[in-house]
Amino acid sequence: MITIEGVSKTYGKTTALHSIDLTIPTGQTTVFIGQSGCGKSTILRLIIGLIQAECGSVFFEGTRVTPETAISLRRKMGYVIQEGGLFPHLTAYGNVALMARYLGWSEERIKERLNVLTELTHFPSEGLKRFPVQLSGGQQQRVSLMRALMLDPDVLLLDEPLGALDPMIRADLQVDLKAIFQTLGKTVVLVTHDIAEAGFFGDVITLLRDGRVLQKGTLEELVQSPADPFVTRFINAQRSPLDSMKKDLG
Amino acid sequence: MKIYLIIIYLFVCNFNIAHLFLSAVYSSPTAIKIGSKKFTESVILGEIVTQLIKSTGELPVHQRELGGTRVLWNALIKGEIDIYPEYTGTISEEILAGEGAHSDEEIRLALSNHGIKMTKPLGFNNTYAIGMKEEVAEKLKIKKISDLRHHPDLKFGFGNEFMDRGDGWPILRKHYNLPQKNVRGLDHDLAYRGLEKGTIQVIDIYSTDAKINYYDLRLLEDDQTHFPAYNAVILYRSDLEKRAPHVITVLKKLESKITESEMIKMNSRAHLGMIPESQIASDFLSASFSLETEPYEESAIYRLLRHTGEHLFLVVISLSAAILIAIPLGILSVKLPGLGQIILGIVGIIQTIPSLALLVFMIPLLGIGGPPAIAALFLYSLLPIVRNTYTGLHDIRPQLRESAEALGLPPGARLRLVELPMVSRSILAGIKTSAVINVGTATLGALIGAGGYGQLILTGIRLDNLSLILQGAVPAAVLALIAQGCFEALEKFFVPKGLRL
Repeated sequence: MITIEGVSKTYGKTTALHSIDLTIPTGQTTVFIGQSGCGKSTILRLIIGLIQAECGSVFFEGTRVTPETAISLRRKMGYVIQEGGLFPHLTAYGNVALMARYLGWSEERIKERLNVLTELTHFPSEGLKRFPVQLSGGQQQRVSLMRALMLDPDVLLLDEPLGALDPMIRADLQVDLKAIFQTLGKTVVLVTHDIAEAGFFGDVITLLRDGRVLQKGTLEELVQSPADPFVTRFINAQRSPLDSMKKDLG
Repeated sequence: MKIYLIIIYLFVCNFNIAHLFLSAVYSSPTAIKIGSKKFTESVILGEIVTQLIKSTGELPVHQRELGGTRVLWNALIKGEIDIYPEYTGTISEEILAGEGAHSDEEIRLALSNHGIKMTKPLGFNNTYAIGMKEEVAEKLKIKKISDLRHHPDLKFGFGNEFMDRGDGWPILRKHYNLPQKNVRGLDHDLAYRGLEKGTIQVIDIYSTDAKINYYDLRLLEDDQTHFPAYNAVILYRSDLEKRAPHVITVLKKLESKITESEMIKMNSRAHLGMIPESQIASDFLSASFSLETEPYEESAIYRLLRHTGEHLFLVVISLSAAILIAIPLGILSVKLPGLGQIILGIVGIIQTIPSLALLVFMIPLLGIGGPPAIAALFLYSLLPIVRNTYTGLHDIRPQLRESAEALGLPPGARLRLVELPMVSRSILAGIKTSAVINVGTATLGALIGAGGYGQLILTGIRLDNLSLILQGAVPAAVLALIAQGCFEALEKFFVPKGLRL
């Protein structure tokens, strides 16, 4: 379980988070949604300890996340960002195996783990020899996901993992990702700005605005009983093409 | 990890090669070392002294063309050399400037305070003089230095040493009240070319200079007696009296033995006859002392090999050290930005120090020869490597830096496994730049006795021998290209394949 207690974060003069309290339940998929700059990515970066809060604390499985504890805690978390963040000098294999090699895993154990992961993520094993520049955007994200899962972490943190992909590839990956989440049963924290994607993945959706939690609930709750007019505006802003067709047909 | 092993391996290899050359290039510490300045007369005198000492059974070493007065004097004081030929005027006006030593006795006394002794004059006076092309002087009716007052438009070109010595241009101008404004300092040997081309009309000259007749020069009369006497003498360290008294005995044999006309003749043979200085010295000893010595001149091939060895020695040691120091400095600059600005500032400032000045600064600390040249080259090689390491690491995309952090890698491992390999191309480019600069700058090492291709260039300029200049300049250029080529080939090992796609 991840607990966030009274956390505030500012970048220079802008405040990214205003004294947030949150609990992220174990084994579920929690989605943070909101406009750019609402503070949703900041929450992920605080959990994995890339940044530190000015006040308040973040606890991961009971341990407070500090610069000192972060290095070992991170090995229990997998982190995937929008454009993969794959290291260009390493092959897909090298990227995925980097941390395991550092920890002294045998090559045999690494290969075994990779067999499991390529199957899970539907990544062709011959692609493991390729360098990131030789892979498509969708494949890069699959490699990035394998890298995040390599050490079998308790928690997966995904920051707009599909944000830079073509719609068709994105739809494929959404389906695959959801299947993976269900297979693994891990705690997943996903950040997106796309309400349809949030509804597709999220057991619980948390809508943020200007560094504050506006509403927390299922997609139905957000649609049917919005806590604030902004919730409805945010949901309606992302209409599906089918809506406009319906309107035209009258 | 691989990258470190390769760097260490290269360093160790370099060190072995360097050690090999070290023993070949620099002689044993007990040998008697004779120095000479970078003009022909000094080299000939140095050669005469060397062969004379050799005839006593010693194995003296002649370090030719070490540089100007300051370099030789400092080397003598520090014991880098034991003996070198000098002129009384230079001693009183430049070395002991301000000590008021003018007569030979006063000079002797002042020198002994520095632990230095002086022979009696060798017999000729090589004073400074002011010279013009005969035809130009005739046309303008200039016979005496004071006549120059009526020609304010004349362009003067003086050797750099003459520009600021005690009896040099500033004092000469005051003494004769000369109005000329267009005065430049340039290499003495290049001044003759300026005179030939007409870009300058008046130069400083030595009165025993071989080129007086060759260039058809008129020496202007020093009608208000500005220039002191420049009697040639030999300076030696006092400790030589105990270390090798027989050497002093043979040195004294040269007293009053070389006349002005003999010296002019010897200078002409070197300059106009292209006869090696060692041969000229040998002929002199044979004629004046009936002493048969064997003039030693190395073959062109051996000479090229020796200079290549010396040059490589300077480059390889200084560049290896620079690589080992500059990469960590670049890393430190990124990790500690406050300190980084200071580091980048300092290596930047070092780069702006003129190379000749830096070389001369090193002499009091490290003496002459290889060590000061290596230290100076090392300092010059830092900036490109530090800056490229810094820029490369600084410009790594934040997403990649954070991805490595988010994996749970500690800082050292992030640097080693992710950051350094990713910027290897940039670091290697910095090393390449340093290598090329280093090979070029190493030619200046010859000015302080470090040898290398620069020695051939210096001698070529001195003897006005284009072929000799090219024998130094062409291999230096080739070596720079080879160095660059080698580092380009090394990219395959240093730069991961993923970055070369």
